[in-house]
Amino acid sequence: MNKTIWNTKLLCGLALAVLLSACKSTPMVEKPASVVDKSPSTQSAAMPASAADTSAIKELNVDGNATTGNNPLKDPSNILSKRNIYFDFDSDAVKAEFRPMVEAHAKYLIAHTGAKVVLQGNTDVRGTREYNLSLGQRRSVAVKKALNLLGVQDKQIETVSFGEEKATEACADEACSKTNRRVDIVYENE
Amino acid sequence: MDIFKKTISLVVLSLSLCLASTANAALEIEISGGSAQQVPVAIVPFAHATTANQENISAIISADLHHSGLFRVLEIGGVVSRPSDIAQIKYSEWSALQAQAMVVGIVETLSGNRLKVTFELADVLKQTQLTGMQYNIAPNQLRATAHKIADEIYQKLTGETGIFASRIAYINKSNGRYALRIADVDGANPLTMVSSKEPIISPSWSPDGSKIAYVSFEKKKPIIFVQSLAGQRTVLANFKGNNSAPAWAPDGEKLAIVLTYGANSQVYTINADGSGLKQITKSSAIDTEPTWSADGLWIYFSSDRGGKPQIYKVSSSGGEPQRVTFEGAYNVSPRFSPDGKSLAMIRNDGGKFRVALQDLASGQVQILSEGSQDESPSFAPNGRVLLYATRTGGHGALAAVSVDGRVKQSLNESGGDIREPAWGPLQH
Repeated sequence: MNKTIWNTKLLCGLALAVLLSACKSTPMVEKPASVVDKSPSTQSAAMPASAADTSAIKELNVDGNATTGNNPLKDPSNILSKRNIYFDFDSDAVKAEFRPMVEAHAKYLIAHTGAKVVLQGNTDVRGTREYNLSLGQRRSVAVKKALNLLGVQDKQIETVSFGEEKATEACADEACSKTNRRVDIVYENE
Repeated sequence: MDIFKKTISLVVLSLSLCLASTANAALEIEISGGSAQQVPVAIVPFAHATTANQENISAIISADLHHSGLFRVLEIGGVVSRPSDIAQIKYSEWSALQAQAMVVGIVETLSGNRLKVTFELADVLKQTQLTGMQYNIAPNQLRATAHKIADEIYQKLTGETGIFASRIAYINKSNGRYALRIADVDGANPLTMVSSKEPIISPSWSPDGSKIAYVSFEKKKPIIFVQSLAGQRTVLANFKGNNSAPAWAPDGEKLAIVLTYGANSQVYTINADGSGLKQITKSSAIDTEPTWSADGLWIYFSSDRGGKPQIYKVSSSGGEPQRVTFEGAYNVSPRFSPDGKSLAMIRNDGGKFRVALQDLASGQVQILSEGSQDESPSFAPNGRVLLYATRTGGHGALAAVSVDGRVKQSLNESGGDIREPAWGPLQH
């Protein structure tokens, strides 16, 4: 078990392609989660305060941390924790630099058919609110199409748009406006 | 009543009422410009035969007429007499001020906590009564009555319908919260209909003024709600993807809305009860911001099907859209004038987004606003004024411009961004 976790971490540090296949083999993520779900409640109910009990809780806490740390969606060293795709002005083209990220999410979604994502499109403040809502949608649709091409099913994806509603309003320069033009990938129940 | 006493109580009343109304008004209006031929009007403070705390009727009428830009409300401090009905008017005093019209009136107390408001409008040159009205009201209807009187005066002197008794809806954003508010058109009596920590946009009045449709992001995606002014709220559209841009049909039976499902924005119609969804536009491009022609036969919308966003029209029962705007590289947010003769829109004018008005018969376009991020044009019910959102000093404000471009107003609400204005219908 521990070995698997170490391997994952190592691989994550090594190369993206290898990482992606490692993330695909996720049972090690699900197993500790099931331990966390069951053991603590039954143990604490059956055995009131004792030295043995305390150490057991500690161990479970560690497991819990390990689970979070190795949830590929949350692990900062995992590309799946990267969720923002940025766009050029007046463009819905997914740029090449974001391809690895989109591919990683596609692989995760294909491996986890129960997982669902919401693609949230955003724009900068130039233009009208409703038109920008549609522009943001066009960007989330562009990301959806990229996921579709990689084999992700429609039922796992919802495309929505916030338009300019989440944009920094007082952008003085392009570097700031650029951060407003993006699609955020949000997993269900996050 | 002793005349001296009456005068004293009047002065005291006027003072306390001015303070009260300033404190209540959330929107502050500033006006600039004015019609070339403003009618000079004298408005005599109404006689108040009551000591009850009440609105300063003549001040409200004066402000309404002034804000229209069509009248010059005369300074009457130099005239001693304060007539409260036409029989008391010494016309020579008022013609010396060059008043063409003058307003006199009185508020009297009736039994059962009712008030009787009487006003008369006189033609100073002809020395005749133009109109006169009496209202039997509850004390809390004084402000609304003042707006009605201003509407009567406006109608008599311009021949057009007054708009002072109408209301506006807008979104206030302050301290990270969004609120859909409605207020009297002079900014008084602001009332929050709904508030949320997520954005609210696109309020749209039902034609009878009893409900507002709007888009709320409270569920982390745009959903259309319909809420009555009495507070009853229902979901109109919550389909997969976005639900936005509601626009009531003139008959109030249907709305045009924009849905996306898993693709780009498309225009649909839906019954006001949420049934009968029908797709109107079928393109792979963006089709959004629907608005109805006054006769309900057409839906105008913005679309980038030709590359850049332009305005198109389609039969409200569906069919092949036709392009409406050809000039400029970015024309969006179409809004019909109430008479159906012109179309307001937002045009990208050299990097500046401004309110433009197109005459549909001639095709001629006039840029009416001067901001760089102006949006959400909304016609006054009489078609004479366009209200829109703008930015001044780094925050959102509302502005209004007469359709001839001469009269401009700005409306600010202290401590917040205001945007997304929608001018409500006339209340009958």
